[in-house]
Amino acid sequence: MQDRLKELQIEALEKVAAAADLKELNDIRVSYLGKKGPITEVLKGMGKLSAEERPKMGALANEVRDAISGQMEGKQKELEEAAVQKQLAAEEMDVTLPGRPVKMGSHHPLTSIIEEIEDLFIGMGYTVEEGPEVEKDYYNFEALNLPKGHPARDMQDSFYITEETLLRTHTSPVQARTMEKHQGKGPVKIICPGKVYRRDNDDATHSHQFMQIEGLVVDENIRMSDLKGTLEVFAKKLFGEDREIRLRPSFFPFTEPSVEMDISCKICGGSGCSVCKGTGWIEILGAGMVHPNVLEMAGYDSKKYTGFAFGMGPERIAMLKYGVDDIRHFYTNDVRFLKQFSVEE
Amino acid sequence: MLVSYKWLQEYIDLAGISAEELAEKITKSGIEVEGVEKLNEGLKGVVVGHVLECEKHPNAEKLNKTLVDIGSGEPVQIICGAPNVGKGQKVAVATVGAVLPGNFKIKKAKLRGEESNGMICSLQELGIEGKLAPKEYAEGIYNFSSDTEVGQDALEVLNRDDVILELGLTPNRADAMSMLGVAYEVGAILGKEVKIPNPQPKTSSEQASDYIKVTVEAKEDNPLYVAKIIKNVKIGPSPVWLQTRLMSAGIRPHNNVVDVTNFILLEYGQPLHAFDYDKLGSKEILVRRAGNGEVIETLDDVKRTLTPDHLVITNGTEPVALAGVMGGANSEVSSDTTTILLESAYFTGGAIRKASKDHGLRSEASSRYEKGVDPERVRPAAERAVELMVELAGGEVLGGIVEADALDVKPAVVSTTLGKINKILGTTLEMNEVKDIFARLKFATSVDNETITVTVPTRRGDITIEEDLIEEVGRLYGYDNLPTTLPEGPSTPGHLSNYQKKRRLVRHFMEGAGLFQAVTYSLTSAEKATQYALEKYEPVELAMPMSEDRSHLRLSIVPELLEVLKYNNARQNDSVAVYETGAVFLKNSDGELPEEREHLAAAITGLWESHPWQGEKKAVDFFVLKGIVEGLFAKLGLESQLGFQKAELDGLHPGRTAEIFLNGDVIGFIGQVHPTMQKTLDLKETYVFELSLKSLLEAETAPLQYTAIPRFPSITRDIALVVDKKKAAGDLEKIISEAGGSLLKEVSVFDLYEGEKMEHDKKSLAFSLKYFDPEKTLTDEDIAKVHNKVLAKLEEKAGAVLRG
Ligand SMILES: [Zn+2]
Repeated sequence: MQDRLKELQIEALEKVAAAADLKELNDIRVSYLGKKGPITEVLKGMGKLSAEERPKMGALANEVRDAISGQMEGKQKELEEAAVQKQLAAEEMDVTLPGRPVKMGSHHPLTSIIEEIEDLFIGMGYTVEEGPEVEKDYYNFEALNLPKGHPARDMQDSFYITEETLLRTHTSPVQARTMEKHQGKGPVKIICPGKVYRRDNDDATHSHQFMQIEGLVVDENIRMSDLKGTLEVFAKKLFGEDREIRLRPSFFPFTEPSVEMDISCKICGGSGCSVCKGTGWIEILGAGMVHPNVLEMAGYDSKKYTGFAFGMGPERIAMLKYGVDDIRHFYTNDVRFLKQFSVEE
Repeated sequence: MLVSYKWLQEYIDLAGISAEELAEKITKSGIEVEGVEKLNEGLKGVVVGHVLECEKHPNAEKLNKTLVDIGSGEPVQIICGAPNVGKGQKVAVATVGAVLPGNFKIKKAKLRGEESNGMICSLQELGIEGKLAPKEYAEGIYNFSSDTEVGQDALEVLNRDDVILELGLTPNRADAMSMLGVAYEVGAILGKEVKIPNPQPKTSSEQASDYIKVTVEAKEDNPLYVAKIIKNVKIGPSPVWLQTRLMSAGIRPHNNVVDVTNFILLEYGQPLHAFDYDKLGSKEILVRRAGNGEVIETLDDVKRTLTPDHLVITNGTEPVALAGVMGGANSEVSSDTTTILLESAYFTGGAIRKASKDHGLRSEASSRYEKGVDPERVRPAAERAVELMVELAGGEVLGGIVEADALDVKPAVVSTTLGKINKILGTTLEMNEVKDIFARLKFATSVDNETITVTVPTRRGDITIEEDLIEEVGRLYGYDNLPTTLPEGPSTPGHLSNYQKKRRLVRHFMEGAGLFQAVTYSLTSAEKATQYALEKYEPVELAMPMSEDRSHLRLSIVPELLEVLKYNNARQNDSVAVYETGAVFLKNSDGELPEEREHLAAAITGLWESHPWQGEKKAVDFFVLKGIVEGLFAKLGLESQLGFQKAELDGLHPGRTAEIFLNGDVIGFIGQVHPTMQKTLDLKETYVFELSLKSLLEAETAPLQYTAIPRFPSITRDIALVVDKKKAAGDLEKIISEAGGSLLKEVSVFDLYEGEKMEHDKKSLAFSLKYFDPEKTLTDEDIAKVHNKVLAKLEEKAGAVLRG
């Protein structure tokens, strides 16, 4: 009996060692350790043994069982590991293949520029005002110190619909309308983006429709130094902290004094290059102190109230910022163009 | 305005200030200098030569063999191709080793067997535009006058050692359209004196008034007209200094008399005109408005028909000049002219602008009159001109000046206070600093306590109010010197309006869904303006469109988005998904502005999904776009207010189009572009939607409110129904929802079958119904009660039966 158990142990251990997979191992478990297995079978003959031998044999049987199941456990781990390895090997794939593209559109570059400017001024306490694209001659011109007959309001330059209505040529009428709404009281602090229209033939630098964004501040003690400070904050935030600004005299009918703002050229750092036409400076916007006639027409006492205004072209800024060389790209909407602006900066 | 740095120095001392430094200063304080051009950039080695001999090249018909004295050593042989080269001429010679524009290096060469040691130059070869070269030298080499010294630097003789500043003048700075005006400006910037010419022409005993009488009928257009007479002039070429002055300012030299008028125009900003007195045909000048249909032949040999809008100079009967714009051919100064009638006049802008525009003639004269000339320079300019003419063309100036003077111009007197100046600029200037700035401008001032009163010379017609004075102070004090501050006073909260916030949300949603934002034109053709319009309106039309393609304001965005698709498809961008937000224009009654309504539109074509190596590919279809609309409404909290109803709309596929409803109102449409339209635009299957963004963003939404997460399980029942093919899933869904009552939480379609296992006019639609009670776990009996009601209603209202 003892020998038989030893035999069974050797036999089982050999089989366990040779087991090729988990199923085979389980079969071995069932056949040797199961209730109908040979060990149980052997133990059934225990009744014939003496009372002294019985516990010894029982102990031996348990030893054999433990040895087999211990071996099996080790083998099982080994086989499981092998199975995992096999699965992993089978599941290997080429990670360099492209992923499933996520559908993703993006802002038009002009919208990105406008929103960036809006947010910048919202942060400085401005609200965003909008107005009609078809305007009354009064708001587009007269209220802005451009009386009838003024050379700057030539019929040839504007798209008139009737004698008194036209497609606005700038976003400034929104300023006039907003001031009027405030009924001669301050403060007014607004930024006005929108589409404007001029009778220009479309080419690389002209477009009959384009964008403008203007700002206006009117209050009791607005100084030109405030304009300078505001524009400096704006320019540094939009174009970079290292950029310098300069104001130089200019002329607009609705501001006096009038200035244009240049920023130092990023390309050459101010030493002069083709982008800045050798001057080291790049023109960004027009600005000035609101003309007293404009204030008065909108119902403000120009003795008490002063204000500043500025305006710029998002196309120009986008062209400078991104190096776009043809204004028509903004309006043909070639997806190869639009896609380039999906990147958030 | 082109300003010669060398010429400017005749009026102001620029010692120690380079042209570049000057340009920078002018830009910062006054007028933008748009360009600084060195005329001799890349040029060297050109001398004055004397052509000693000139004969035909032995081997070349069109070449000449010359022997030229270049002032150093032996005369050199030069082969010259210019037709006008001749013995005895003084010419510009690019010697061996010289460099000409375009880095063209002159080397010793052999031309058809003959040695050539240099090149005789035309003005173009020296970098002067052909259209500026005097006519007689335009097609060949330039000749210096015979007394020009041989061997000297020809570039200096031609004043090419000059720098030209190009001033970009704003309309208010007409004063800088003259060398004197620029000199005053530079004088103010640098704090220097300005030397003004003081003409004192000698006159003969004869009186001009015996030769001419001047009458002005149109006194408003021409408040001052002065005439001078010069006899016995000899017309000829101007000296090189005058020719080069004109050329550097962009004016072509003609002859000594005409060149003087142009020189004075540049120097004083006062346009002059020289008539051939003998061709006038009378002893009279009469200035009047033209008659209707009156004709004048101008100097450019064009016959022009006039109207009473135009001002003419006449000899009493016939027009001899279109006032302030161009002279007449009949009285033109020519080589045989001997007596000159010189006109110096003050014309007001209006009539000149009209004539210049009507006839497409913008001359140096007209552009100055349009912007306004200085009335106080009319007489000095005439005196200076006759003095120069006599100097250059000989002859004698007749005594006196004949004039018609109705001018009433006084210098403007404007006051401001120191407080106001500092308040506007944000500065802390003292009165003496302000006074000094006006002294630099040569403006007279008087100070009374805080108030400064400034007498503005007539040359600065742009200064009329105190803000104008403040601008002068500001710019000459220097904007660089202004403090940098931010507005003080009550703080204002910056924000977007709700509408603006939501519009940004819509854009982000559309882009997250995979569409690119497009921006297209509002102006379109009459035809496209009304296509895909949500409502029938007559489109707003421009009075004077530039083209038929851009003549009307759009009533919808879709047509332009289809153009975007077409444009992209033509460039191999086959799959395109774009959206746009923008105004459409709804015409109101006459005299009122149109209503501008903001719309949202989208157009998609080509592949929607494309991941080829995993075999995933999906073309756009109706439900792709519909899903986006549904998602958008959901994002805005308007899901429950959204509805779709089958519709037939122009330009859209009749079987694949729906109207979009918000709270029962139509606010848009969605559908496939009609196959005929697709074909016209060369598009594949394309889907579009457009809706009133305004309606969407202004719709009332319930405030966001948390509902408890269910504690009890929900139970799902799936049903497959057989119904008529025409029955809309949406209608069935509605029946189910109504019948299901409060226990039915969700209904969704999960299958559609129309295949051969069905009768041909039937289809199978399968719905999943989710029942749920927040208070308890539903029993089978609870559900059976409602569910059977649902089935009964489906059969009763839609003839829908459970699929067996
Ligand atoms: Zn640069």
